[in-house]
Amino acid sequence: VRLFVQFLLDGISTGAVYALIALGFVIIFKASEVVTFAHGGVLSIGGYLIWWSRSHWFNSKGQASFWLSLTVGILGAALLGLLVERLLVRRMQGRNAGIIGVCIMTLGLDVVLETYTNYGVGKSGKESLDFRNPWGIGARRFGSSVFGGKGVFLGDARIAAIVIGGLIIGGLFLWLKYTDWGISMRAAATDREAASLMGIKLGRVSAVAWILAGALATVAVLFLAAAPAPGFDGATGRLAFKAFPAAILGGLDSPSGALAGGLIIGVSESMFKGYESHLHFLGRGFSSVVPYVVMLAVLFFRPTGLFGTREARRA
Amino acid sequence: VPKSLKYTLLAILLAAVLYIPYGVPERSWLTPLNLAAAAAVGAIGLNILLGFTGQLSLAHPFFLAIGAYGYTFLSADHDPITKAASAGEKLRSLGIHPLVSAAIIIVVAGLFGGLLSPIAGRLKGIYLGIATLGLVLLTDHILQNLKTMTGGFNGRRVPVMDLGFIKINECRPKACSSTMFGSTIKWGSPEKLWYFQIILVVLAFILARNMMKGRPGRALMSIRDGETAASVMGVNLTRYRAYAFILSAMFAGLSGVMYALANGNVTPPEFGVDSGASYLAMVVIGGVGSLVGPLIGAFFVKMLPDLIQRNSETLSWLVAGPNDPSGLKPLSVAKFIYGGLIILLLLFEDGGLAGLVRRIRHRSAAGAAKTGADTGGSNDSLTTNHQPGGVLI
Repeated sequence: VRLFVQFLLDGISTGAVYALIALGFVIIFKASEVVTFAHGGVLSIGGYLIWWSRSHWFNSKGQASFWLSLTVGILGAALLGLLVERLLVRRMQGRNAGIIGVCIMTLGLDVVLETYTNYGVGKSGKESLDFRNPWGIGARRFGSSVFGGKGVFLGDARIAAIVIGGLIIGGLFLWLKYTDWGISMRAAATDREAASLMGIKLGRVSAVAWILAGALATVAVLFLAAAPAPGFDGATGRLAFKAFPAAILGGLDSPSGALAGGLIIGVSESMFKGYESHLHFLGRGFSSVVPYVVMLAVLFFRPTGLFGTREARRA
Repeated sequence: VPKSLKYTLLAILLAAVLYIPYGVPERSWLTPLNLAAAAAVGAIGLNILLGFTGQLSLAHPFFLAIGAYGYTFLSADHDPITKAASAGEKLRSLGIHPLVSAAIIIVVAGLFGGLLSPIAGRLKGIYLGIATLGLVLLTDHILQNLKTMTGGFNGRRVPVMDLGFIKINECRPKACSSTMFGSTIKWGSPEKLWYFQIILVVLAFILARNMMKGRPGRALMSIRDGETAASVMGVNLTRYRAYAFILSAMFAGLSGVMYALANGNVTPPEFGVDSGASYLAMVVIGGVGSLVGPLIGAFFVKMLPDLIQRNSETLSWLVAGPNDPSGLKPLSVAKFIYGGLIILLLLFEDGGLAGLVRRIRHRSAAGAAKTGADTGGSNDSLTTNHQPGGVLI
């Protein structure tokens, strides 16, 4: 039981991070009817900006400079999202481009952004980049009274991921529910034409979605690069693909589904990792592909995810 | 274009292609050229799915891996169990005749494609793209862990394609430098491989062309342009979707075999997400839904890193030399170029290179023919159906 709780907590913290990324997919899909394959690229640019400003502008040891560089990363990724929406996605949609065309375009963009980050990481001459976040590699022990003996260990960075991720996701849900923009977005997702006739500015809704998704991705990359991971490197952006299963599980158009999907993916990954020695026949490192196995299984039985709405077939 | 001129041009092109092994400045050019020829067949296959049927599949590396690894596994040494050089793992192989192995594995790839098609039928549009992305990421795991078949992380060496009268890729040092007619004409693996690959590329192209110009091709395009309309017109959606997936997977399987032969060994990284993206780049750059386009796109994308590498001195402001680990590598520059090209082409000229050529042709045709009746220019119904603002892009 002790181990189970341990794996569960680890899984929840990774799941919260996946949920942050998956929410980006969902918000973008709802607001602009595009599935972006460039999210990993945006995420890694955000991460690279955090490191770059941390080592060039805010190099001091204090916590304040860490938060400043995080802000730079978030603003940078948000701006990148805005540019992608205005310069690329909007133009293609303006020419009546199909969704598949836009998706291939974002894939090309992802290649460019990830190649750039890889080049940046390579230029630094380090294996992986350290954001020098305030949590370090410390860990806390809980519940030795409940489980006896060693209790449950939880890294400081993981706790921060759960707390900060939880706060942001909670705030986002409230925002989606109560603010004008949130209502506009839901209206736009339900019926674009009607929403537009009601005076909702679809362009603005879509722009805000891309900005928001960029910012969320940057918060996620902060924790993807924190302990127990060695740091940020060229492959970190690829982890965003793991949030695809999270978004798909919940259904691409459901924010609460993305949260649930993220947690399911995170916990199942952590469980498979924890009990790997019992599951040897699946091969080493199976835990890292569990998300995709779960996704393929779900898609097979429920083609639009667990909470997604069925697409009507139109001629 | 009159027919006689067309045939003359084709003959010239063919002669040029046949002359390539002896026309390139250095023999080392042949390796990337052979890899590009292998990729061309894969790109034709992907285009059947993406360009003609309108299905976004990122699973192409999965089928390529089946071809490449399957061929190696089936045809490797007659000794059924050989030792991997590095890991000390036992490698299994079946020792089947190479040609038979290639044929078997192409059929197997087709079967897997057939398995994917009912799933594709359930998943609409973009969900299919994401599901196939998952499949590619799983491929890597399988290749890394099925060690007795794949050699794991280190991969394995590809056996010789022995046709009985000729050994295509027997590239041991001595065989590589072998010559014909005394010492005047080089006749080693790279040359033999080039002619072997070209035969396969031409066959694959003719096959794809005939199928896409005939009834099946029109059925697939009608699915792309609207499933409901297609089924109303009597196109059996399930059957033709399966047809497209099977055909595309078989092309990918063949391409995998060709890749294995050209590369000499097979390793997992070659069959990852990046590879899937590069095949999409080939199709988009060449022209989605065009027949010749993907061929050109494949050669462009595959030759690009090599071309940059060879010109790294003139491009020294851009590319780092081999001794500079921190600079831009030729492969990175190539990725910037083809990633950027995908974006630009989709933004401004969605027909790719083929569309660009078509546009120029139309313009000159419109200028020449004053009647205006024949401004359609080419009669090639496949290359003209993709107007801007079409269904796919």
